[in-house]
Amino acid sequence: MTPTAIAWRVLALAQWREQPLRVIVTVLVIALGVSLSAAVYLVNESALGEFGQATRRLVGEADLIVRGGDPGFDEGVYARIARLEGVRQASAVLELDVALPDQRQTLPLLGVDPLRAGAIQPQLLGEVGGSLFELFEPDAVYLSAEAAEWLGVGRGDSFEVFVGGGMRRLRVIGLLSTEAYPRRLALMDIASAQWLFDRVGRIQRVDLRLEPGTSVAALRRALEPLLPVGVRVVEPSLERDRAMTVTRAYRINLNMLALVSLLTGSFLVFSTQSLAVLRRRPALGLLRAIGLRRAELQRALIAEGLLLGGAGALLGVIGGQLVAWGVLEWLRGDFGAGQITGGEPPRQIDWLSLLTFFAMGTGVASVGAWAPALEAARRPPAMALRAGDAEPALAPLRSALPALLLLALGIGLALLPATAGIPLFGYGAIAALLLGAVLLVPRIAGVVLARAPAPGSVAAALALARLRGSLGQSTVTLAAIIVSFSLMVAMAIMVHSFRESFEQWLAQTLPAPIQWRVATGNDTASIDTVDQTRIAALDGVQAVQFQRSLQVLLDAAHPPVALLARDPTPGETRPALALVGAELAPAPGQRRAWVSEAIVDLYGAKRGGTLTLPLGGRSVPFTVAGVFRDYGRSTGAIVIVRGDYIALTGDTSATEGSVWVAPRAGVDAVAAALRSVGPRPGFIEVRSSDEIRALSLAAFDRAFAITYGLEAVAVAIGLLGIGFASSSNALARRAEFGMLRHVGLRRRDVLAMLAAEGLLISAIGVLYGLLVGLGLSIILVHVVNRQSFHWSVDLALPFGELLSVSALLVLAAAATALLAGRRVLRGEAVRAVREDW
Amino acid sequence: MNSETVLEVRALTRRYRTSSEPVLDGIDFVLRRGEYVAIMGESGVGKSTLLNLLAGLDRPDGGRILFMGQDLTALDDDALTLLRRRSFGFVFQAFHVLTYLSVRQNVALPLELLGVDAATAAQRVDAMLAATGLAGLGARYARELSGGELQRVAIARALVHRPALLLADEPTGNLDPRTAASILALLREQLRLAGGAGLLITHSEAAAATADRVLRLDGRSLMPLPRSAQRA
Repeated sequence: MTPTAIAWRVLALAQWREQPLRVIVTVLVIALGVSLSAAVYLVNESALGEFGQATRRLVGEADLIVRGGDPGFDEGVYARIARLEGVRQASAVLELDVALPDQRQTLPLLGVDPLRAGAIQPQLLGEVGGSLFELFEPDAVYLSAEAAEWLGVGRGDSFEVFVGGGMRRLRVIGLLSTEAYPRRLALMDIASAQWLFDRVGRIQRVDLRLEPGTSVAALRRALEPLLPVGVRVVEPSLERDRAMTVTRAYRINLNMLALVSLLTGSFLVFSTQSLAVLRRRPALGLLRAIGLRRAELQRALIAEGLLLGGAGALLGVIGGQLVAWGVLEWLRGDFGAGQITGGEPPRQIDWLSLLTFFAMGTGVASVGAWAPALEAARRPPAMALRAGDAEPALAPLRSALPALLLLALGIGLALLPATAGIPLFGYGAIAALLLGAVLLVPRIAGVVLARAPAPGSVAAALALARLRGSLGQSTVTLAAIIVSFSLMVAMAIMVHSFRESFEQWLAQTLPAPIQWRVATGNDTASIDTVDQTRIAALDGVQAVQFQRSLQVLLDAAHPPVALLARDPTPGETRPALALVGAELAPAPGQRRAWVSEAIVDLYGAKRGGTLTLPLGGRSVPFTVAGVFRDYGRSTGAIVIVRGDYIALTGDTSATEGSVWVAPRAGVDAVAAALRSVGPRPGFIEVRSSDEIRALSLAAFDRAFAITYGLEAVAVAIGLLGIGFASSSNALARRAEFGMLRHVGLRRRDVLAMLAAEGLLISAIGVLYGLLVGLGLSIILVHVVNRQSFHWSVDLALPFGELLSVSALLVLAAAATALLAGRRVLRGEAVRAVREDW
Repeated sequence: MNSETVLEVRALTRRYRTSSEPVLDGIDFVLRRGEYVAIMGESGVGKSTLLNLLAGLDRPDGGRILFMGQDLTALDDDALTLLRRRSFGFVFQAFHVLTYLSVRQNVALPLELLGVDAATAAQRVDAMLAATGLAGLGARYARELSGGELQRVAIARALVHRPALLLADEPTGNLDPRTAASILALLREQLRLAGGAGLLITHSEAAAATADRVLRLDGRSLMPLPRSAQRA
């Protein structure tokens, strides 16, 4: 056995024998951090893997894609494109999200020319082969296995779809295997789809395969002059990545949150190992004196941390895999926000990912163990052997310069923009500020303790003197509390601020008591003017507001943007919006548009500027009259007055709206009457604004449930840190307690001293943690959140929550100090003063 | 230096930043094979500092320390550590018995560090436990032992690997006179059997009386104490 192994065995044995619970809990905290991180990653990867496979099937082997927004474009364009030199194969596609009776979600439908599409999407069309000609029948549709299961239909069955204000029936002639397409999809002949869905002559997309040797850039240049307004050339890779781009910010934030728990675990290892090193200082000195080299001791101590991390990481990856399977099996991969769903429990274990998370767990633990190990190895053995050498060598940390530099770096990073849509510098700012704040702890604690007034009682005076004399130990204890508590505070403030702003936004955007809509995001169902008149004339209806929602593609590099053509709120000149900042006064003859903050961030729109929208087959300039908050869409939304939209497009249909109820009419009665509008009851979904508010807030809370869970983890780790520090201190100070008992302090005096120490140190930690947490929350709210989701949030402090958690932590610190002291004081005072007991 | 010299100290100086005066200033002395020397002095005169310097646990500001002809001041930390592992044994006032190891494990620790095979180590530990009156106590832990027994464990651990030099710092400072006497006798006897030289730091005249010669440290010099003074 090597000297390092001998030392490691001796030290690990010591840890285990002295505080087995502490070892177990440290291992479990690492396991928790690793399992959360691994589970989030595995679920996202699984869901995205399926999503990615689906997108790849749809894009197929296209070299270029010509794409328009919701209204689509004239199929004559297709003929012109197909004739271009260098185009080997062109395939026109009609893409629709079809509204279905009794379903809130839509069915994605692809209308293709099966003969041409087979060359571009061979894997998708490959299974159609035998029924190719059957697919040309006007109501024939192929369904993916996932869609058939969702609709409860099989081959030979039929199902109804909403088209405009009426209904049509489709016949299932075959099923696509999950291998061919893993998500919901209906496949039709393009001509049948155009006819069935009243889109004759319109298409959304043309997929192109190029002749070998054709320059993509050159063809692109040739294509662009042929394209109508609002139609753009898109690289297939962009198309494939777009769906993932939409959820990327959410996924990265979720991953970051999970990593936070791993980070706090690392600080717990740091705290555990630092205090363990202090407690075993004479033993470490002895090992050095009898011949253990500095590097051997350091390696042994790091190995101790590695063992804790390794055990935790092993449990963590097993737990993470199980949680991932559970979330995929029972929640369809949804962590609550509904951002990413789908994905099957993986049939094969992703060993590489699990190994990476195992390495991360052991890595953070060894990083946590590294500093105390280095300090212990550098401590001269002669000093370590002396009684009372329990103060860590934290003298270098007492310089405020590194801390101030880190804080300055954090502030600087917070001012930088996002990188590829990800707030990397924002996360960097949080890490730098947190580390800077921790490094400043010895200085802060020193100043606060030095200025604390002299207490009246002996116990409190002893507690204060002890803390003043052991600033290094106090720093280690405080570091773990501050890291976990400040992160918890930051997350709590961020979520509370978001919730407050969200609630306010709901109130501003739901001015009427009743809201109605046809299936969300659908392209096929709408309310015509006859039904609009019917709604307005319903008994008890005082006023109505209609809206037509559609998607427009402003830039090929970004996902489509929601265009909301909305009637002005009754009695107003514009629709009700949650405006941010001032609004431009209307000018005669000016078409006005209001843009969400995402349009400002992503497209550089600004108040007073001009925004060109593809409407009615031409580019129409709109003046940006104001910027509004939109917590519903992070990819951007534009509101225009519906009158302008109708004048430009001739489209009078509506997809949603608001209804004001007459003074003596009941909301429920009006809602019931509304539900009867359309080809069949349930064609439009009707909800009261109160109901929407309640549902939206419930969805919000569900989306942030994982955040609340992680907050709880952070608090639990903070409490554990306090508990460990108390028990370590108490164990290390048995001789001191014995001496105090000898000189006449009663047992309860010693306990009062311990409680006072616990209260004082945790109060400093909690107050400082609150301050640091507030700083971090400002970065989270104004930098990370804004850069990730492109919406602003007003900072709001959850005073009640922060106060109660602060009080809980301070009281828990006093209580654990008392408990640890009671346990140690059970022994005889005489025995306690002996060195080797 | 002749082959009989174990330790030779020349003009040894050590000063601390906290004081303008050096703690040790130009100390010279020689320790020969098989010799057992006691160093006495008032508290704070630099006895423990001297011991730490001789053990390579601290660095002098001037002078040389030659152990078996090798200049300790020229060695790096690793080389000093390996030298301690192989050639030095330590006994401290505060025992420093590892509480979470049994008596047997504590005594075996130096042999394990030297890589002695398990069978040989077991034989030598058994022999040492018997020699120090600890036979039958090998499975016990520190909390189950008296102060005298703890110091016996420390002596057994210090000598089990037959070091060339034993360094003892107030080994009886925590013991009653009767137990102290038995411990000193044991230390002397075991050192003789091991064939090593010993250096005892003490302010106890009774302890010093067990040494072959006694030196008095006053910071600037290490002077022999006449036999008459030793007995006084």
